[in-house]
Amino acid sequence: MSINLQALFAQLLVGLINGSFYALLSLGLAVIFGMLNIINFAHGALYMMGAFAAYFLLNVLGIGYWWALIIAPLAVGLFGIILERTMLQWIAQLDHLYGLLLTFGLGLIIQGVFQNYFGSSGLPYAIPDELKGGVNLGFMFLPIYRGWVVVFSLVVCLATWYLIERTRLGANLRAATENPTLVRAFGINVPRMITLTYGLGVGLAALAGVLSAPINQVRPLMGADLIIVVFAVVVIGGMGSIMGSIITGFALGIVEGLTKYFYPEASNTVVFVLMVLVLLIKPSGLTGRTA
Amino acid sequence: MVETMTTASDAAAATPSAQPAGDVVLSVQNLQAWYGESHILHGIDFEVRAGEVVTLLGRNGAGKTTTLKSIMGIIPKRSGSIRFEGKDISRASSDKIARQGVAICPEERGIFASLDVRENLMLPPQVRPGGLSLEQIFELFPNLKERLKSQGTKLSGGEQQMLAIARILRTGARFLMLDEPTEGLAPVIIQQIGHTIQRLKNEGFTILLVEQNFRFAATMADRYYIVEHGKIIDGFANSELSANMDKLHSYLGV
Repeated sequence: MSINLQALFAQLLVGLINGSFYALLSLGLAVIFGMLNIINFAHGALYMMGAFAAYFLLNVLGIGYWWALIIAPLAVGLFGIILERTMLQWIAQLDHLYGLLLTFGLGLIIQGVFQNYFGSSGLPYAIPDELKGGVNLGFMFLPIYRGWVVVFSLVVCLATWYLIERTRLGANLRAATENPTLVRAFGINVPRMITLTYGLGVGLAALAGVLSAPINQVRPLMGADLIIVVFAVVVIGGMGSIMGSIITGFALGIVEGLTKYFYPEASNTVVFVLMVLVLLIKPSGLTGRTA
Repeated sequence: MVETMTTASDAAAATPSAQPAGDVVLSVQNLQAWYGESHILHGIDFEVRAGEVVTLLGRNGAGKTTTLKSIMGIIPKRSGSIRFEGKDISRASSDKIARQGVAICPEERGIFASLDVRENLMLPPQVRPGGLSLEQIFELFPNLKERLKSQGTKLSGGEQQMLAIARILRTGARFLMLDEPTEGLAPVIIQQIGHTIQRLKNEGFTILLVEQNFRFAATMADRYYIVEHGKIIDGFANSELSANMDKLHSYLGV
């Protein structure tokens, strides 16, 4: 079969874009799971809130995309902190299942509230002027905004990795993931660290939401559609590793893109097929520590 | 400041007769503690004075480790009075207690696998000025300097124990609780750790030691308390050790 390079690269780019969102979201899930032992099923709804925050900032307050990139993650992160303080902290000692049910319920409520006011159709969010248009790379046409999303997500992911794996603060975080009781007995305020970690994970989801707004439109169900794939990504990558979730996120986006080109019928299921294979061969995930 | 013992009758026997050195640093009265439903400590009474090395002796499961954990605030379900430098810490959270200047070296050592040796060493924040500098720590434990980039749990058992002690010396805490620092270590390493504790004592640290190995404890302890079934049942000074040898053997069942 002859290969249409133009179409192949186009699908690869779509894959990379999706991979950026997978990476940002699964990274946040991994960070939250590490510290809180909670599989945050509200993640998709919080991602959607990030996109809506950008929409409101623009249409209510007239604050544009660049400020939204900062303000939306902070605002939604703060909302996450309130969720952690008022609800999640009380179930920290219980079985995973309680966190799963609570966050799943929270996700449904948040989504339901937005659906009630905005229905299920998408609200438009324009690409900022600075990132409009595209460049012809010779082998393909690259819309600038899409290139920006991939590069910026990669930078944010790597910065988060650096923060956790290479700094003093990150060392506290890693230690508290391993043995919170002892870290606290050294004089570190672990409960506060847990709260801020949840805020960080939620902020990353909201950031992905802002990035996604100009590409996917702003819809109450945008997170629900995406998060199912993200959980499969997380299962494949394993929960324990920061770099693992970043790499798996991007890699599976690319795999999806390639599948769309070579065998489009399977493009929606390929990630789940991989998930099944990984679960059969290495249940803790490709990079996961056994939990 | 000297506090008078106003505790239950069984603790009266535990008041050591030797003249203690400094002010009372830690005073524990009628300390009770629970793990879930099981009642572990049934009224622990003892005190530690500035500059002393005090050793809790007793059989496995007597409540020695639980006593240290209760003082540190790691066991949430506890009652009674724990006063550190005159302040009641019996209701404080463990991070607040640590910030008062209490440091613990846990029995399982608690070296973090996801941190390298340097990160392990730097993990506990400084709670007071005057902690040991890194140079002083490397002088005490030269092995650690060679292994700074290693994963914490890749160290030998002895090195992990040294790291577990070293990291609390950085914090400026002057009251150290060491839980079985010799457990499972080779004699030559035990000796090195013994020298270290001796040296810390000479430098004025106050140390509460939990030990099964009382021959090791005898080289540095000022006083002993015997813990049995969650109570202090006896206590004596190091100078009275030989006179109490028979009793000690029966307590410890050695």
